[in-house]
Amino acid sequence: MLRLTLLLLLCALPVRSEEVIAGLSQNRVAINTNFDGSEILVFGAIKREGPIPDGALHVIVTVAGPSDPVIVRRKSREMGIWVNSDAVEVDRAPSFYAVATSGPWEDVISDTEDLRHKISIGRAIRSVGADVTDTGNFTEALIRIRLRNGLYQTRPNSVTLADATLFNTQVALPANLTEGNYTVRFYLTRGREVIDSRETTIFVRKVGLERFLFNLAYDRPLAYGVLALAIAIAAGWGASAAFRYLRS
Amino acid sequence: MQIYLPIAEVSVNAFLLLGIGGIVGILSGMFGVGGGFLITPLLFFAGIPPAVAVATSANQIVASSVSGVLAHLKRRTVDFRMGLVLLAGGLVGSAAGVQIFNLLRQAGQVDLVVQLSYVIFLGIIGALMFVEGLNALFKSRSGAPPTRRRHNWIHALPLKVKFRTSGLYISVVPPLLVGALVGLLAAIMGVGGGFIMVPAMIYLLGMPTKVVIGTSLFQIIFVTAFTTLMHATLNHTVDMVLAVVLLLGGVVGAQFGTNLGARLKAEQLRILLAILVLSVSGKIALDLLLEPAELYTITEAMRP
Repeated sequence: MLRLTLLLLLCALPVRSEEVIAGLSQNRVAINTNFDGSEILVFGAIKREGPIPDGALHVIVTVAGPSDPVIVRRKSREMGIWVNSDAVEVDRAPSFYAVATSGPWEDVISDTEDLRHKISIGRAIRSVGADVTDTGNFTEALIRIRLRNGLYQTRPNSVTLADATLFNTQVALPANLTEGNYTVRFYLTRGREVIDSRETTIFVRKVGLERFLFNLAYDRPLAYGVLALAIAIAAGWGASAAFRYLRS
Repeated sequence: MQIYLPIAEVSVNAFLLLGIGGIVGILSGMFGVGGGFLITPLLFFAGIPPAVAVATSANQIVASSVSGVLAHLKRRTVDFRMGLVLLAGGLVGSAAGVQIFNLLRQAGQVDLVVQLSYVIFLGIIGALMFVEGLNALFKSRSGAPPTRRRHNWIHALPLKVKFRTSGLYISVVPPLLVGALVGLLAAIMGVGGGFIMVPAMIYLLGMPTKVVIGTSLFQIIFVTAFTTLMHATLNHTVDMVLAVVLLLGGVVGAQFGTNLGARLKAEQLRILLAILVLSVSGKIALDLLLEPAELYTITEAMRP
């Protein structure tokens, strides 16, 4: 009897007809001294039980770096010179954010779905504590500056979708990457509605000398400072001695 | 060749950094200035975050100053007694400057004050040196004897001390005050302060130009070493990888600069330094006066 009830309950649940399965070419990025950016291949497939439903099928892949609060300042002219006058603190802005889609943005997802899942760059950033009325301009400026630096990327039509089943895309991580956990999200949309999503993480870590110096600087700052000075003095003395030797 | 900086968390071209270090090293050796007023803006331009640029250039200035002082020691152009008196004033001024800097940062106007002090101090000193240098150049050409040793109010002060290397017998009060003023400005402007001290030593204290450079470098070593330690322990913004690359260029440059400086006449040196100082001042003044292309700037909140 119990089994029958469970079976009926299972049948009553809405069956997810399509699911997204995803993978990464690497889930670890090591930052060493000659780190110069990294390309990550993101790929996956759509698992389906039953016939293909109606509506256009699309895939969105987002990569988000660790979020840090940032202060956006605006200059204005006062007494003939340009000075910082207003500031807005954006309390959650990812240090890196890339959105790749399999079609033009309007065809892929509706505005309400974007609002719910916070997928587009504008929605992924949240600002609070503003004492100026036009907060929107500050957030736009933040996005504009980071888009220019390649830290934020929107790439429509960059996800290749084959036979409505297999998909892949490349995500270029820039050279000026911050350390932390990068969240990769996959969204499957049909008829501009999100029908499934998955999440996985890329671990971006400093290694070797970079790791050692970073830890030393934060854990034992005095030792770090003294070491920096010792290197500076030794370098200055060494150069002087070397030149004297060369000249004599 | 790209190189990733662990504290700045950016990747930059190593040859660009070597070049910046080299240029600043040459200037440091030639003029006895630490080069902070030049290296910090250049590092901003290379894409280094301002906080890291200021702290790391202090560390880099230590290296090029040591290299420069050793070259000057050999030629016996360092007045230790004068250097120590200046240093005593400098540390007091620097400690006060750090407090003022913190107050300004809380008010959110530190950028403006730094830029304005660059424009004002570099502008005044550059203009003074340029005029004085031109006058001296014409006088030496026409064969008239230089009138360097004037008697002014400075010689009327008490606590007189003999500064043998400089050939001076003056009160310790003016050097102490000069040191304190330089230390104060150095802490606020994030530089070694040589570009203020060198003219102050020449025009206020009446020291011979050749001694001024070595003595100023000697004092700068200690002031910038103090600054580096403060930044490393309080703000964690000294980037050792950046510093090492800069100093590879810097120490070599300083040696060339010292040789170059020894070949030029004192008046020519002054005019060259004046032109350099004036152009940096003019550039910063333009930045303040012209409408910037991007009105907005992003500041990352510091790590706790």
